[in-house]
Amino acid sequence: MFKLLSDVVTTATVPADWVGIRAVKDTTKTCTIRDTHPEGNTQQLGHGAMVEVLAGGQFGYSATNNLKPESLAAAVAAAYDQAMAASAWSLHRFTVAARPRATGRYVSSYRKGLDTLPPAELNQILLQVCDRLKVSDKIAQTTASARSHDIETWFVSSNGSEIYQREHLVETHFGTIAQDGPITQMRTDHGYLAQSYQGGWELFPGLDLWQRVQQVGEQALALLHADNCPDLTTTLVLAPDQMMLQIHESIGHPLELDRILGDERNYAGGSFIKLEDFGSLAYGSELMNVTFDPTVPGELASYGFDDVGTPAKREHLIRGGKLERGLGGLESQQRSQVPGVANSRASSWNRPAIDRMANINLEPGDRSFEQMIAAIEHGIYMETNRSWSIDDQRHKFQFGCEYARLIEDGQLTHTLKNPNYRSITPQFWHSLSQVGDRSTWEMYGTPFCGKGEPNQLIRVGHGSPVCAFDNIEVFGGAV
Amino acid sequence: MTVAKADNVLNPIEKGAAVTRQELVFGQLAEALMDRCKDGFTLTLSGEDSQFTRFNRARIRQTGTVSDGSLTLSVMQAERTAAGTVPFVGEFETDWPRLEATLTDLQTLVPQLPVDPFVVLPTGSATSRTVNRGATLGVDAIAALLTPVQTLDFTGIYASGLIFRGYADSAGQRHWFESTSHSLDFSLFDAQNRAVKGTVAGSEWHQGKFLDKITQAKHQLTLMARPAKTIDRGQYRTYLAPTAVAELLAMFSWGGVGEADLQQGNSAFNLLRQGKRQLSDKFTLQENFQQANMPRFNSYGEVAPPQLPIIQRGQLVNSLVSSRSAKEYQTPSNYASRGEYLRAPEILPGSLAADQVLSGLERGLYLSNLHYLNWSDHPNGRVTGMTRYACFWVEKGEIVAPIENLRFDESLYHCFGDGLIDLTNFQETIPDIDTYDRRSLGDSCVPGILVDNFTYTL
Repeated sequence: MFKLLSDVVTTATVPADWVGIRAVKDTTKTCTIRDTHPEGNTQQLGHGAMVEVLAGGQFGYSATNNLKPESLAAAVAAAYDQAMAASAWSLHRFTVAARPRATGRYVSSYRKGLDTLPPAELNQILLQVCDRLKVSDKIAQTTASARSHDIETWFVSSNGSEIYQREHLVETHFGTIAQDGPITQMRTDHGYLAQSYQGGWELFPGLDLWQRVQQVGEQALALLHADNCPDLTTTLVLAPDQMMLQIHESIGHPLELDRILGDERNYAGGSFIKLEDFGSLAYGSELMNVTFDPTVPGELASYGFDDVGTPAKREHLIRGGKLERGLGGLESQQRSQVPGVANSRASSWNRPAIDRMANINLEPGDRSFEQMIAAIEHGIYMETNRSWSIDDQRHKFQFGCEYARLIEDGQLTHTLKNPNYRSITPQFWHSLSQVGDRSTWEMYGTPFCGKGEPNQLIRVGHGSPVCAFDNIEVFGGAV
Repeated sequence: MTVAKADNVLNPIEKGAAVTRQELVFGQLAEALMDRCKDGFTLTLSGEDSQFTRFNRARIRQTGTVSDGSLTLSVMQAERTAAGTVPFVGEFETDWPRLEATLTDLQTLVPQLPVDPFVVLPTGSATSRTVNRGATLGVDAIAALLTPVQTLDFTGIYASGLIFRGYADSAGQRHWFESTSHSLDFSLFDAQNRAVKGTVAGSEWHQGKFLDKITQAKHQLTLMARPAKTIDRGQYRTYLAPTAVAELLAMFSWGGVGEADLQQGNSAFNLLRQGKRQLSDKFTLQENFQQANMPRFNSYGEVAPPQLPIIQRGQLVNSLVSSRSAKEYQTPSNYASRGEYLRAPEILPGSLAADQVLSGLERGLYLSNLHYLNWSDHPNGRVTGMTRYACFWVEKGEIVAPIENLRFDESLYHCFGDGLIDLTNFQETIPDIDTYDRRSLGDSCVPGILVDNFTYTL
């Protein structure tokens, strides 16, 4: 593949300042079971190339799934035409500094290859998951699914870049809906496809799978007749599988430099953060330490280089509550003059790179889970996201969870259903009062972060300890 | 301004538009499969040749083209099935070897899989061909769109080009749909970061319509320049313009009116079906393919009826039933898609005239757009989301001030039930301009609605 792409780049006849090609081959296999039968067994091959040209200070692109040399050469010419036609209207005049030369290789680690679990065996495991989820006749629906990805990326450029990356991913899910007359409750394994990681089939089935299956089934049943989450302002404790969403929506997105620069205003929105806030703003409590880290082994959005060739590096975004750095790749860094990270990423070969999250993690504190709960006289503990909504400046949010427990006099007591909470981002993070230690830290991922025009879904990872927030408005469902 | 016509037309056929290279090759692949595969199969194609140009501050941020396509082959043997997807380039000599290799893989895989008692085997004899040709702007002309907006903070995306869908199966059913279209989705911002939204879509670019949209948006933006009013949380009479109603309507396709969702306890409308909650007799929702820029055939090759009432005068008269659900729940199929989502939704109009909207509202909120909707209490149909863009406080039937964005949390049983005062006597066609994976097809046809005691929470 390198020779094909390099030949196209070196023989390109357009008078461009820079030419680059990023080819992606993605082999995905998915198995989904519902109740007692398969809902789908699919395999999917995606293969194509994104050709990018810098001319007249403007990038133009042309993406094609026809990988013949003449087709790629035509894509180079088309990308050049795009750049030149737009050059007089450029938002920013870029230079090759936005695409510095880089070479290297990244291959995610795994112990059991993606061909070691035959489809027939995977179907049987997932059928068994559904069977064991049905802990009662009141279980109305059970689902289990697993999918694997083998993603290879080749990146070459006219200034000598040559990068190969290969990621093996395994994404799994199971869950159930319990129903009793008009009452229904859903419970899942930490949220839809939250168990998404880099690795092979050593990740599934894990040693604790059957215990988790049993627990999910029983908790769905318990939720049916649990009390509604009360409407009040209290101490809110969030498990890592909800912190994932909290970090994503109220830290990750607002810190994206392209949002702050206005690129996203017509779609995903802007940000309440201003460029001048970096380096000075107290984003939240001093307990808050947030890193951008695409180097965590096994986390879903780890890589060696972003999609324009910037080497991956761990960086603090927020340290001791203070905002230090934005989520912006080289283009946004040039435009904003704000320090950024290696996060120019594209969902596949058919989309251009834009500023994305990768792994955004909240660093652990020093309290055990028991110590945290023991310190709370009254509060609500919530697990697992089921609803998310936030405004276009990433300010006012309302999130809902699958499962909650009341905290009374330092102890977890009754189960509560339909737990929701709402707040405003700066107030919320300033109310962070306890951060769990490493023993409470868990890592999840999601393949469904949506952004960009044209739209792109991308994978992100989020690790977090259990966290407690004071004076948060919580509420339940309809009575 | 230059206009680029589709350049891949090969040869004309009788009684129809000329056949594109993509249609020709898809037909060749289907015939080759018929010869090679003696199992039941379906073959679907989805692809596009698209232009995407992204704007920010009346300048170009990113611009490019995407030529993409994928073939999905499903093979059925003895109540077992599996599917494989491979790229579609539009050249038989490239596409057939990959498709044939996938066929071989699937024929090996399928016998190893568990029985799927609800496999839908191709049985029909339907064929269809729909070709909606248009003309799109060349990239130089797209750049020139910026000339009339140079004094404005204009942001958004222009997307255009050919979209194609194909279907073939072992029973001999064949369908083809293609559409050349464009959409320009934009926002105008003022210095206070307040914004208004506009969309231009169709098959032929009309510069006059674009300029009219810009003029309308500029006028709305002048209204936004008034000092914003902060609204306390509470309940207010609210007018939701058609674009806002279309956002609420999308929730009907997400754990809404699909039969599988209703059967599996995953629907907001189980309470409606059980008679425990009601909707207003003013509210009628139907599938209406007669004007939709969307194929009527589904992934089983079945052709949906031109119209299908879903909620008629507040009563759930039909769910969306795919042939798979029909087998599982022993109920007749209405040829819904496999995912049982609305493909050509229409909410029928009411009696509220455009010039009566503000007087009907009298005192309350005028919402042009909603943002980021999600279920906050799914079984009870409760939805949360944000107001966005041109939203105003109205007093004595007149717009008084723009509002700071508000969070709402309200049940569809209220919006389209006991809180529904009236629907407008006009509808707007809201195009689906999503571009996840590929450019979307379709649109929704909706009126505005006037709702009493709409709940705002933050």
